Amino acid sequence: MVSTQKKADKTYKVIGTRPVRPDGLDKVTGRAKYGADIQLPGMLFGRVLRSPHAHAIIKKIDTSKALALPGVKSVITHKDLPTAADIALDLGETTSNMKWLCDKVLAAEKALFHGHAIAAVAAVDPHIAEDALALIDVEYEILEPVLSVHTAMDKKTPNIHPNMKTVDMIARFQAGEPSKVQINNVASILDLELGDLDAGFKEADIIIEREFETGTYHQGYIESHNGTAQWNENDEVTVWLSTQGHFNARDVLSKLLQVPMSKVKVIPMEIGGGFGGKIPMYMEPLAAIMSKQTGKPVKMHMQRDEVLLATGPTSATYIKVKVGAKNDGTIVAADAYLAYESGAYPGSPVGAGAASMFLPYNIANLRAHCLDVIVNKPHTAAYRAPGTPAAAFAIESIIDELAEKLEIDPITIRMHNAAEEGTRTSDGRLAPASLAVKELLEEAQATEHWNAELSDPSIGRGIAIGAWGNAGLESNAYASINSDGTINLNTGSVDIGGQRASLAMQLAETLGVDYDSIKPQVSDTDSIGYTAVTGGSRTTFASGIAVVEVGNKLKEQIIDRVATFWEIDASQVHYGDDGTLNGPEDKSIKFSGIGKILSRTGGTIQASATVKPNTQVATFGCHIVDVKVDEETGKVDILRSTALQDVGKAIHPAYVEGQIQGGILQGIGMALYEEYYYDDKGILKNASLLDYRMPTSYDVPFTETTLIEKPNPGHPFGVKGVGEVPIVPPLAAVANAIYNAVGVRPNILPVNPRRLSVLLKEKNKK
Amino acid sequence: MQDVSYYRPSSIKEAIKILSEHGPTAKVLAGGTDVIVQARERTKKITAFVDIKKIPDVMGLGIEGHRGLTIGAATPMYQIYNHSGVQEEYPAIIDSANIIGGKAIQGRASLGGNLCNGSPAADTIPTLIVLEGTANIIGPNGERKIAIEDFCTGPGKTLLQHDEILISLHFKRPAPFSGSRFIRFIPRNEMDIAVVNVASQIQMDGNKIESSRVAIGACAPTPLLLKEISNFIQGKELSQDLLENAAELFNNLITPIEDMRGSPEHRVDLAKTLFKRTMNDAVIRSNGEKVQ
Repeated sequence: MVSTQKKADKTYKVIGTRPVRPDGLDKVTGRAKYGADIQLPGMLFGRVLRSPHAHAIIKKIDTSKALALPGVKSVITHKDLPTAADIALDLGETTSNMKWLCDKVLAAEKALFHGHAIAAVAAVDPHIAEDALALIDVEYEILEPVLSVHTAMDKKTPNIHPNMKTVDMIARFQAGEPSKVQINNVASILDLELGDLDAGFKEADIIIEREFETGTYHQGYIESHNGTAQWNENDEVTVWLSTQGHFNARDVLSKLLQVPMSKVKVIPMEIGGGFGGKIPMYMEPLAAIMSKQTGKPVKMHMQRDEVLLATGPTSATYIKVKVGAKNDGTIVAADAYLAYESGAYPGSPVGAGAASMFLPYNIANLRAHCLDVIVNKPHTAAYRAPGTPAAAFAIESIIDELAEKLEIDPITIRMHNAAEEGTRTSDGRLAPASLAVKELLEEAQATEHWNAELSDPSIGRGIAIGAWGNAGLESNAYASINSDGTINLNTGSVDIGGQRASLAMQLAETLGVDYDSIKPQVSDTDSIGYTAVTGGSRTTFASGIAVVEVGNKLKEQIIDRVATFWEIDASQVHYGDDGTLNGPEDKSIKFSGIGKILSRTGGTIQASATVKPNTQVATFGCHIVDVKVDEETGKVDILRSTALQDVGKAIHPAYVEGQIQGGILQGIGMALYEEYYYDDKGILKNASLLDYRMPTSYDVPFTETTLIEKPNPGHPFGVKGVGEVPIVPPLAAVANAIYNAVGVRPNILPVNPRRLSVLLKEKNKK
Repeated sequence: MQDVSYYRPSSIKEAIKILSEHGPTAKVLAGGTDVIVQARERTKKITAFVDIKKIPDVMGLGIEGHRGLTIGAATPMYQIYNHSGVQEEYPAIIDSANIIGGKAIQGRASLGGNLCNGSPAADTIPTLIVLEGTANIIGPNGERKIAIEDFCTGPGKTLLQHDEILISLHFKRPAPFSGSRFIRFIPRNEMDIAVVNVASQIQMDGNKIESSRVAIGACAPTPLLLKEISNFIQGKELSQDLLENAAELFNNLITPIEDMRGSPEHRVDLAKTLFKRTMNDAVIRSNGEKVQ
């Protein structure tokens, strides 16, 4: 097991160490409070009736028998939702439209996917609520389900949303005017173009065009969705929930429930994973409405099958890519067609996938034609580098094939085409600052893994790289100094992956104090300023900038107070790196003594900061993997896994490595194991973790990591967001390794034993 | 979850009385790794659990000289695979017990539970069949014995009546120069349901096959004993060609279904591969050697 860190030149006291996380003890002892731990007096339990059909008109819902069941206090349907205005809200990683959201939380005219919420019940205990679901009579008129992008776009297939128009996307997340081209069930079209594609292909000595498909994958967080709502008589609503962004939750609830924002308070509980999937809301509005009806708090908690059926997985995709290159390996043109399933409502991450897939490369002539396609499946949500693993699978498979056909080493061909400062991206902009593709490839070339002998002909090795940009967005932080010299740090960033630790470490470093003297907390929506989601690889970066700014403001005030205390000018006080303040005539005070001075010079000091960083960078990751293929069964075993990544500056290297290892694991799951399995009626057959196969510890070995630290100029310590990019390369790396082992190129993922055995049989026939 | 009553009788007689009084919606609870899930997910109507783990007759296991091995129906897997006698003489039972669910499941899951659940893909039943296991059952009308190969009648269906209790499983002592092996194929390496599983038992006379038993799971409504295979290879000299030829019989012997776990074509291919692998391993074990 190897963990390598290529050190940045500057040394720090706290940053780069590996302390225990502040929330660690409570989490390992079970004391941490998650949404499921909420218990309130008189609390009711809510459950949801879900559509057994993938596509059906709801002709009638009769709730009378359910309401008559003793213990049942409320039964609601779409009619009980306040009228939904058709307003788009910017949710950071995803765009949410209120009309769609209302329809998603409780179906209006049609059930649009298997598992679509039809009605909700609140009862005095969860078993009674379940019994009541069986008493709700729903009359459906079953319609033909639309289950693939190809069927959806067929002229003969009616629009799932009859009034929907295909719109042109202005930018990746911003819908524009109706498009000149109207395609059935296509919500939006985005075209990214650079250079002259035809001229590019004319220069090519070799052109490879291939089609790829990837399945529907769920984020697979451990904790299922939950939310508890209390609607008071004065129309103040309090919601406790598991979310990646409680301010977004507040804003959406305010609009959806038609309650002023100031009357909605959202309290984020600890969160057991999200990976993008805990940005949307599902049951919280229903809990709130049922609380309003009953005057009691209502708690809702999804079962695992509901999580798989009815929350947002990532898009299944169809991608066709054509790449032209010269004999020396120079890629002269690339043309991609990407059709992503968005599920029942618009909003797949197809644009993000298209923009990211070419980001590692300098290709003069590019086009990406992106289609966001409605199908009768759950509405997709963000999932770790949304849309990009599938797109990278396509381009990285083709580059592997190009390398093979041109007899160029796979790292060399990537190095030859690597993006660098000044490269134009597919949307014509300059490549982000501080990009480290070449450094990444150089390190990959030098790993022991890449240079190790393969011990057996059934073993193959693959490599792939990938890119993902960091989001900026708004963050707030607040800190105050206690009389004992400890510091309370409050932020609006939910702690999914160790953010309390990474933010406390940045404040400790700024102030020159011990990590243990910082007490970080996540504050609710009434207690700190608006902070965007924990997502988009932004929190340690953006909230980190806010925290450093808070630290600097505290330092200025401390200097002033000490100067007052010593009766000298502030310019004579020196704030040392170790938190010791010095003045003339050997005057000196340690940070731990500051508290006493503060109480004699006007009391506690505090500082807050709001940031909305514009400097956005991209991070690049590389995966090297060895696989062993059992040709008789089609089973692939992962033997060795190495990941390299440019992280800017690793604040807490162990958590950075953990992010990388987790992302690699999920990427391997996409490559080999995981997928939604629908029958021809659109019924999800594997809504359980038994048959929705995520890799276990028996399937994936420890991933060795190399951290490369090329600082981000937009962050005081050089931090780049690290959480998402590791999931991008493994799909292609595994596919390329399989080709290296057995000579067949998987073009449909997951390449499970069934699919691989078909490919192997075709090969053996030839 | 449904509301259920919970009983914990301390004798077989008491347990049968509760089952008789409650009717078919009362279920015997051993490890609960299937029935509790069925109750929670409401896939079966269950109104009462009769926990038999406090009844001594159904717990524990032992080998009594020539009389063979008896395993209490509710004995958890970990006790079975930690038993040195079973490891020595019935290694195919270890193959099966070792891979049920995951480690946590194996702390509770039992052979009796796996058999009574009657899944076509059950990971112990092919092994129990090829080892010529017998099910000892007690009901209101007394005791009876059923050969395990006859026990399952369809997916989730068995010959056990609702007021009967499976007490134990019995296996005769293995013949000299015999060996057995069970292999399951799953896409992952843990926590999965078989795409196909195969158990083979073989008794050798030099290089000649004296007798054999082969059973397969997840390819029919119940685990199947494939006498045709045994008839084909019996009395013949063991060779890889013989096994290849015997494997071709699977083309006509099984008609597996298409589902989320596998396609018919892939299942037939896997059946052939697992048959050859289990046979070769069983032969190794018949020589008193260990398999990888």
